[in-house]
Amino acid sequence: MDKFEKLQGIAAPMPLVNIDTDMIIPKVHLKSIKRTGFGKNLFDEMRFNRDGTEIADFVLNKPQYRDADILVAGDNFGCGSSREHAPWAIADFGIKCVISTSFADIFFNNCFKNGILPIVLPQEQVDILMADAEKGANARMTVDLVTQEITTSDGDVIKFDVDAFKKHCLLEGLDDIGLTMEKAASIDTFEEKAAQSRPWV
Amino acid sequence: MSPKTLYDKIWDAHVAHEAEDGTTLLYIDRHLVHEVTSAQAFEGLRMTNRTVRAPDKTIAVPDHNVPTTPDRVNGIENEEGRIQVAALDTNAKEFGIHYYPMNDIRQGIVHIVGPEQGWTLPGMTVVCGDSHTATHGAFGALAHGIGTSEVEHVLATQTLIQKKSKNMKVEITGKLQPGVTAKDITLAVIGETGTAGGTGYVIEYCGEAIRDLSMEGRMTVCNMAIEGGARAGLIAPDETTFKYVNGRAHAPKGAQWEAAMDWWKTLYTDEGAEFDLVVTLKGEDIQPVVTWGTSPEDVLPITAKVPFPEDFTGGKVDAVKRALDYMGLESGTNLTDIEIDTVFIGSCTNGRIEDLRAVADVVKGKKIKDGMRAMIVPGSGLVRAQAEEEGLGDIFVEAGFEWRLAGCSMCLAMNPDQLSENERCASTSNRNFEGRQGYKGRTHLVSPAMAAAAALTGKLTDVRDLT
Repeated sequence: MDKFEKLQGIAAPMPLVNIDTDMIIPKVHLKSIKRTGFGKNLFDEMRFNRDGTEIADFVLNKPQYRDADILVAGDNFGCGSSREHAPWAIADFGIKCVISTSFADIFFNNCFKNGILPIVLPQEQVDILMADAEKGANARMTVDLVTQEITTSDGDVIKFDVDAFKKHCLLEGLDDIGLTMEKAASIDTFEEKAAQSRPWV
Repeated sequence: MSPKTLYDKIWDAHVAHEAEDGTTLLYIDRHLVHEVTSAQAFEGLRMTNRTVRAPDKTIAVPDHNVPTTPDRVNGIENEEGRIQVAALDTNAKEFGIHYYPMNDIRQGIVHIVGPEQGWTLPGMTVVCGDSHTATHGAFGALAHGIGTSEVEHVLATQTLIQKKSKNMKVEITGKLQPGVTAKDITLAVIGETGTAGGTGYVIEYCGEAIRDLSMEGRMTVCNMAIEGGARAGLIAPDETTFKYVNGRAHAPKGAQWEAAMDWWKTLYTDEGAEFDLVVTLKGEDIQPVVTWGTSPEDVLPITAKVPFPEDFTGGKVDAVKRALDYMGLESGTNLTDIEIDTVFIGSCTNGRIEDLRAVADVVKGKKIKDGMRAMIVPGSGLVRAQAEEEGLGDIFVEAGFEWRLAGCSMCLAMNPDQLSENERCASTSNRNFEGRQGYKGRTHLVSPAMAAAAALTGKLTDVRDLT
């Protein structure tokens, strides 16, 4: 997995609430058996007409946001389906950080497995960042995972919380499975005990 | 010992390792697998020379892509869908996991097959690369959806890295009124809490109205816990649960059954256990409901009118404007005046035998409205077989429904069953998101009885008005 330490870039504003994973990557694009190549279909039905032409007023089609690195989004981002194709599409497009007042649980976890940092902040702070994002490409935002700080284009600093274990994994680009396998002895022990106490499982 | 919730008890019984910060390796008893979210996980195992740690606890079935028309015995026409199902065939064989292939009578939607075959049992941890894994919580099993990276993690280690959620109690007191079903309960709860209201929580549903539900109804309630944002929904097991489980293919037998029962009977929330949040609804206040927008929280009693954006606050105002535009609805319209083109009955929410009986009760001896496209897709081959044995299949066909083979079908429209642009559907599924049932398709979520009523009248209809 790619490491995430510090990101400076363009933030795109998407104030709509309840952006679901069907919006992020519609099901017609879930038929691949690969993890890559989903970026071209990110927000497909919001971003493109049926004939493949761009919908001009969609935020990521606007010249100033075409190379967005950060998304500032409305409440409950990533709700709905568990499809990891959603964070795959976001990362493949080039967005490595999403900021909102809340995220759906499965999407939130999926982000960390793919080098994306989801940040939860109170409404007032998301409002500040949304306003900053709306300034366009010249207003570059900085997200520092080490110090847990977002710096707006005006130099305002907003602190954010992140789970210590998840932070460690993102900073180091660690593979969860490898980490868990180091604890194989604990899993063996659990299975031996469970075979006695719950043999029907 | 301090009193524990049901969630606490199941959690504690599955901790394989706990770090100082509370990061836990939670042992997984059952891992359900379908074709859309697993191929990349199996490929990951191959690339790292890893194996499936517990193939005996891993159960796979293709459901999302499978056609539901009889010609599917000849294979899947859509190439990408065919490749995805073929990949599952190969992966199941190569890694030696339990498998119900597309043309096996036991095939069906993964969340219907698991309970039906007795794989899902009280007190278990159950995961699947599918958000509606919440369904299995109806058995008092801790069940939730995971992403593909976590699917790979469970395949390789039979554990998940987890932090414990908070406890939320949703109590439905008293009795339901006639015409009100489990679907109306679960939608009414989401209407109350919102789609983010459960974020960070595991919900335990309780109260007389929940106790009175069959296992089928309880599965409907828990299925949509995810639409309320919760990690999982739970209902404590009781005699209804034990009766359903007993005798199923993979349920314990003999002495093991007795031992299991001894433990299962301890699976309830202790007197005095604390919940972080409590929501209470009166059963008798719940009406048959319908969604009008593009989020499952956009729910109102069928007797209401399409709302105005000004009825809402904050970011929801713009979301409602967008939803009304997408749905082609005008504020102030009676919900019962909304005309329907299509009816879809099925899905992991409402594709079980009890749902089909409810539909048959409404449509028996009647005809669906002229020009109506209406399909009934059973949740499994065995549900279909039982419905035929009970004569329901004939009732559906005589009423004018298409009576299909098992699969996810138009719930998410990955197979050929899709809405076309602006086609309006009364659907027993779980999501009314933009584009969910087909590009620009318009979905109204309802109970099976309400869907059946809409099929007869051609409009959203209060099933209580039909006699």
